[in-house]
Amino acid sequence: MAKKTDTGSTDKGSKTAVPKIEMRDVVKSFGSKRVLKGIDLAVNAEESLALIGTSGCGKSITLKCLLGLITADGGSIKVDGTEILGTDRRTLEGMRRRFGMTFQFGALFDSLPIWENVTFRLRQQQKMNRADARDLAVDTITQLGLSPQVIDQYPAELSGGMQKRVALARAIADKPEILLFDEPTSGLDPITGGVIDRLIIDAVKRLGATAMTISHDMASVRRIADKVAMIHNGVIIWCGSVEKMDDTGVPVVDQFVHGRAEGPLTTAAKEEARRG
Amino acid sequence: MIGFLQNIGRAALGFLAAFGRITLFTANAVRWTCLPPYYMRQFFRQVLDIGYFSLPVVGLTTLFSGMVLALQSYTGFARFSAEDTVATVVVLSVTRELGPVLAGLMVAGRIGASMAAEIGTMRVTDQIDALDTLSTRPMQYLVAPRILAGTICLPFLVLIGDLIGVFGGYIVGVYRLGFNPSIYLSRTLEYLEFSDVTLGLIKAAVFGFLIALMGCYHGYNSGRGAEGVGRATTNAVVSSSILILISNYLVTALFFG
Ligand SMILES: Nc1ncnc2c1ncn2[C@@H]1O[C@H](COP(=O)(O)OP(=O)(O)O)[C@@H](O)[C@H]1O
Ligand SMILES: [Mg+2]
Repeated sequence: MAKKTDTGSTDKGSKTAVPKIEMRDVVKSFGSKRVLKGIDLAVNAEESLALIGTSGCGKSITLKCLLGLITADGGSIKVDGTEILGTDRRTLEGMRRRFGMTFQFGALFDSLPIWENVTFRLRQQQKMNRADARDLAVDTITQLGLSPQVIDQYPAELSGGMQKRVALARAIADKPEILLFDEPTSGLDPITGGVIDRLIIDAVKRLGATAMTISHDMASVRRIADKVAMIHNGVIIWCGSVEKMDDTGVPVVDQFVHGRAEGPLTTAAKEEARRG
Repeated sequence: MIGFLQNIGRAALGFLAAFGRITLFTANAVRWTCLPPYYMRQFFRQVLDIGYFSLPVVGLTTLFSGMVLALQSYTGFARFSAEDTVATVVVLSVTRELGPVLAGLMVAGRIGASMAAEIGTMRVTDQIDALDTLSTRPMQYLVAPRILAGTICLPFLVLIGDLIGVFGGYIVGVYRLGFNPSIYLSRTLEYLEFSDVTLGLIKAAVFGFLIALMGCYHGYNSGRGAEGVGRATTNAVVSSSILILISNYLVTALFFG
């Protein structure tokens, strides 16, 4: 399969020799089903990468492997040049502290009110007191366009879109260096989606974070990403700067980016595109 | 024939693999229960759920068991004029066997199921991954408080259940079978030894541990989707009930005499 890799070297990238995140030949199978067949990916510090691909191609699994939530079967995963695949629990836990992540379906803690969800790590790890935590929760969620009263409600009382925003608040509350977003804008109205795009851009540009965002929304990808990578058949089939996304010369990528129903992508994806 | 042997072999391997996984999970759970940090709020929430909210179920079960035991043993012992022993039979059966086993089975249905469902839901909705991501070990935050609470609460539940069961026997003995109240009471205490009660409480602690362990194990390893959680719940109840009955025999045999 034609595999064209362009590291999309921006001047930011050349500043640091070692990429912030580097995945080499990462493989993962579930039973006999090979989901990742050798993911190669590098993200430089303060860069924002968008990860695209059809549903079920392994985007979420890639992020979970990066955090060690799922142990990859082989390959190499480095954060700031430190290998984390096959390392001991302590190193892994230390490394996770530098990450913030939102999950595809929110994954808010049902048994805790919103403010405790948002400040969970700060409360558990840094023993932040109740008053400070509540203030911080209000600050963070109002930034995301939620009203302050929400902090005393429970996740089940909120709409899907509100839950997504709370999940985002939880991921950024303690200002991590690396942010992973799994479909942060899917299922949201365009305005809220825009707010969340803004926030991701802010986090990366203002706080100097490095971000990886899974998204199906090409307009959003154009706004938030410096670099785009597409997973197809278990490998990164194309990776390059966002400007080059429209003109990759790779049929699968072209089809995906322009949302065409006809093309080389699998019939399952075609079905979905037809239904959607 | 070959196919038949293959199936047996596969089943045996599957069993051994499951046994290994459970052993590993148990070792991990016990280890993380002992190590700090301790999540006290989670622990007290579980104590409330297991210890307090199970009281009605356990109380009703032991009450009626004590009552029926008095009736049945009266019928039996009357046939060789040993009606006097009813009080003794009731108190020994309740403290040594019925209290712990019935309370254990009822709590397995109530708590084992809810633990598996709660933790299983957290697994399939990525909340367990979120805990890990937020630098909190799920083994310590979710599993340890439940196992500790289960092991500590069950003996107290069973002690209360014992009292209620004996009281049930007393009610039937005095109001239905016409025993003299003070004689019935003195018979109840006359042959009861401290070791009868402690045996029951040791069993209860073992059952509490097993119920919480199975609830957590099946929830933690729940399959995907609502179907996975449903299966985890069923498996938790079935496996903890079976383990209760097996360990009941083992503990009794160990302390026999
Ligand atoms: N725990 C699991 N067990 C078995 N298969 C899984 C598991 N998690 C994910 N998969 C499979 O891996 C594939 C990739 O999943 P995922 O990364 O969630 O896709 P997506 O790209 O839509 O995020 C899917 O086909 C899914 O069925
Ligand atoms: Mg996904």
